[in-house]
Amino acid sequence: MTDLIIVGAGPAGLTAAIYGRRASKSVLVLEKAAYGGQIINTPSVENYPAEPQISGIDLATKMYQQATALGAEIRFEQVTAVREAGAFKEVVTPKGAYPCKAVILATGCENRKLGVADEEKLIGRGVSYCATCDGAFYRGKAVAVVGGGNTALEDALYLADLAETVYLIHRRDAFRGDAATVAQLKARENVKILYHSTVTRLCAERRLTGIEVTDTAGCVTELAVSGLFVAVGRVPNTDAFAPVVDLSEDGYAAAGENCRTRTAGIFAAGDNRAKGVRQLVTATADGAVAATEAVRYLNSL
Amino acid sequence: MNIKEITQETFEAEVLHADVPVLADFNADWCGPCRMLKPLLDEIAARRSDCKVVSINIDEEMDLAEQYDVSSIPCVILFKNGVEAERSIGFKPREAIEAMLEA
Repeated sequence: MTDLIIVGAGPAGLTAAIYGRRASKSVLVLEKAAYGGQIINTPSVENYPAEPQISGIDLATKMYQQATALGAEIRFEQVTAVREAGAFKEVVTPKGAYPCKAVILATGCENRKLGVADEEKLIGRGVSYCATCDGAFYRGKAVAVVGGGNTALEDALYLADLAETVYLIHRRDAFRGDAATVAQLKARENVKILYHSTVTRLCAERRLTGIEVTDTAGCVTELAVSGLFVAVGRVPNTDAFAPVVDLSEDGYAAAGENCRTRTAGIFAAGDNRAKGVRQLVTATADGAVAATEAVRYLNSL
Repeated sequence: MNIKEITQETFEAEVLHADVPVLADFNADWCGPCRMLKPLLDEIAARRSDCKVVSINIDEEMDLAEQYDVSSIPCVILFKNGVEAERSIGFKPREAIEAMLEA
């Protein structure tokens, strides 16, 4: 039986794998998509100590190679449930149930959806959650950005250099993001800001052709855009673990600085944990703490 | 390398008129997930003779990307007999890409 199963191969999960292997425990990492987590879409990481400037993908690949060279096994399967099975745990994927002694949940967060009809269907056909990834397809076109935080503001500014027109749609009358970025946006002639407004419908044929925007007065406007960039925050990937882990009001796994959850032998590490600072370096720190706690737990069995 | 770089000029002959199913990988050098996908596609190309894998750099061939409504990469489109049969957007494990061929 595997000693430790780690759910998620982002920076937290891969760091936990490194620590687990260095403590001579058998380690299986299960990842639903790509290793590296959120940073793989970051062109340049400049706040990770000892790496003054490195692409997210290169940093992720180094972590991945370090973990696998130490003997961690990584399989690409989506975990649908984690449950207790007597003294042990079971981690369930579409391919079966893996028994193990301890589990670290390092599933990170995903982009929050707007929740309008056809949104998922149009991902990659006009709807995007990453301006730096997909901006290149909108050179000279009209696009919209939804959101009020720093990500939305920075996305709008980035797109303003490429697109013909950028509509920035925000449901409130003021932005939460940096005032300096707001001022830069207001100075751009091709940026139009729509306050008190939400996207209420997506218009599409084979791909997105426009959006319907409704303001708080009930006034409906149709905007012809070929791209819609959604930047309305992130939500933790924790739904599958509610039976074994307490979740905070906004869905984060309740675990203290020792990464222990309500269930003995199940730990939470990285962006999916309820905490104050979500950064690459705090994710790797969580991975180290969770693995150390997991090893302690394994040695006590 | 078993993956040919395709341009607007060679697209018709190499993709639309190919005698086997074609996995066309729309990608760019600056795209991290594209770089992760590449070795997996290399593996598929090396192991299988019942299909062909080609690469389309969207920075060079934006017209092709537009023609096929590609607006997020990596985007792998499976062409069978010159028409799109399926597409996969974002990094996927090798098995998921190969599953497109079995469908």
